[in-house]
Amino acid sequence: MTVETKLALTEQDIRSFSEGKQEPSWMTELRLKAFGELETLPLPTPDKTKITNWNFTEFPVHTVDSGKFTSIAELPEEVKAVVNAEQKNIYIQHNNTPAFLSLSEELKAKGVILTDIHTAVREHSELVQQYFMTDGVKVTEHKLTALHAALLNGGVFVYVPKNVVVEEPIQVIYLHDDKTASLFNHTLLVADENSSVTYVENYLSTVDHADGLANIVAEVIAKDNSKVTFGTVDVLAEGFTTYVNRRGVTSRDAIIEWALGMMNDSDTISENTTHLVGDNSEGHVKMVVVGRGKQKQNFTTKVIHWGKHTEGQILKHGVMKDAASSIFNGIGKIEFGATKSNAEQTSRVLMLSEKARGDANPILLIDEDDVTAGHAASVGRVDPLQLYYLMSRGISQHEAERLVIHGFLAPVVNKLPIEGVKKQLTEVIERKVR
Amino acid sequence: MSTLVIKDLHVAIDGKEILKGVNLTINTNEIHAVMGPNGTGKSTLASAIMGHPKYEVTSGSIELDGEDVLAMAVDERAQAGLFLAMQYPSEITGVTNADFLRSAINSRRKEGDEISLMKFIRELDSKMEFLEMDLDMAQRYLNEGFSGGEKKRNEILQLMMLQPKFAILDEIDSGLDIDALKVVSNGINQMRGEGFGSLVITHYQRLLNYITPDHVHVMMQGRIVKSGGPELAQRLEAEGYEWIKEELGIEDETVGQEA
Repeated sequence: MTVETKLALTEQDIRSFSEGKQEPSWMTELRLKAFGELETLPLPTPDKTKITNWNFTEFPVHTVDSGKFTSIAELPEEVKAVVNAEQKNIYIQHNNTPAFLSLSEELKAKGVILTDIHTAVREHSELVQQYFMTDGVKVTEHKLTALHAALLNGGVFVYVPKNVVVEEPIQVIYLHDDKTASLFNHTLLVADENSSVTYVENYLSTVDHADGLANIVAEVIAKDNSKVTFGTVDVLAEGFTTYVNRRGVTSRDAIIEWALGMMNDSDTISENTTHLVGDNSEGHVKMVVVGRGKQKQNFTTKVIHWGKHTEGQILKHGVMKDAASSIFNGIGKIEFGATKSNAEQTSRVLMLSEKARGDANPILLIDEDDVTAGHAASVGRVDPLQLYYLMSRGISQHEAERLVIHGFLAPVVNKLPIEGVKKQLTEVIERKVR
Repeated sequence: MSTLVIKDLHVAIDGKEILKGVNLTINTNEIHAVMGPNGTGKSTLASAIMGHPKYEVTSGSIELDGEDVLAMAVDERAQAGLFLAMQYPSEITGVTNADFLRSAINSRRKEGDEISLMKFIRELDSKMEFLEMDLDMAQRYLNEGFSGGEKKRNEILQLMMLQPKFAILDEIDSGLDIDALKVVSNGINQMRGEGFGSLVITHYQRLLNYITPDHVHVMMQGRIVKSGGPELAQRLEAEGYEWIKEELGIEDETVGQEA
């Protein structure tokens, strides 16, 4: 069965949307070119998950209007819970509406940019054009990246200038509370030479069901000797079809650390790729996943070594309950010439019920001799002897299972860089595994 | 006073009968040692009392103050006052020793009556010092990467924190050097008293130099074949097990063999 992929939107709709946002012509052209190629481009082919009958193209409306917030005090309780009261650098998007922005005077003075993507395209046109879907994700990679570019309706731009160290984390919250909304959000984060920043984004559905699409791209450009810590907690509602592509590119001596909490209740295709281009650069991925209900998910994590002496680490822990199924593909690729590089990965999946499915596929693709690489993968159930041990001290079976599951995910959860977000992730895990 | 009564206990693992009718009564304020060569069913007895998932009780009974222990889930047995210091404690990633112990203590208390953090830390620190444990072991993941000796001390730490009515110590002395053995024994001796009884399983008499038992039982072929006072342990130390086998006409003492 093939789903009709014709969009309800026309080229003229795209053009009017772009005009309405007062976008420069390069952006309008980029959208139209992407739109024009939609029909001919194929869907991506995530290994071991067949997505040809998933709905990636039908959605109720392109954009919805939602309210803005004038202060943190005004935020819905669910959002307040993940924001530190003293959080200075924060952007909140309410469905498709840029709803709240705060950046400290100190960072503004140093030239740091934090703004919604539409404003960025207008006001920092050259800078955005230089990095937007050029070195990271390409518009014409496949149908979903083209769809993303054509229909982009939200997101954020973060720029950290040369030699600037951002001490306090930057937090972005994508609040979803309108079930008709679709999210074509683009996060573009550029860390210039010798800079450093910690960024956390939160996808937060506060409605139980979604009728729309989530087609999300994040690009992280880490220039020479910069360091980016990129954390996420994604909690998108059941009903979305979610495609999320988070990609990083490192220049010489740069480091990107990913800490990804994938807690969606939607069917999800997640692609996370780090290109280690510059010599001596590093990419570290830590990911936790909890699947429940009848969710189908695919998590493909790639670290591709181009530069010499590059270091890539992938650590993924997933818990599957009910009839949820997930594929964990981990790919470490070392290109010819990337001598002295090291590619390591570990995937562990814990299944809590008979019907849950988890599949961990570690793959090493190595075109260079002078390298080191390793992988470990395991898929299993909660060890009855661990439960016996805990219960023999008086702990109930339920509490024992809770301890084992939290313990299983702790090595990744503990790496999340904002306390409020770590707490939120722990709570989401609590709720999901109950 | 509390009493643990084991009557005609038969236990099988994977369909194979290991215990073939064990009878044993232990009161608080008593320490019983169960001795015997390897493969005679000692550890099976310990695991069956606690409710290990692999061991199936095929007949017989275990009662604690008249309550049917075999009808209880593992956590209920612990709540009722039983404790097993295991020969091979599980390692649990991501759960710190301290968090685990606090959960275990609070599982015995009512909601709203949880132990205060300060009181918990005070007790934990003092007991760790008593057992000559490195204080940072409280923040390490439960048994993960612990040496054999550290695991045994950690079992005794749990025993001292949880204060059960009856503790079963399953070869707590195996793999311990003499200094560690003294420390562990001190921990158990400190528990001795009106409200505490223990079943000490060992195949070395050495442990009983530090923990003097009130009663000594010898296990062979899945049964208790001889009982006596501390002098029995001393005779075993001096003469080995051969004389018992001769006395009872046993050729092979391991389970699976019939007298």
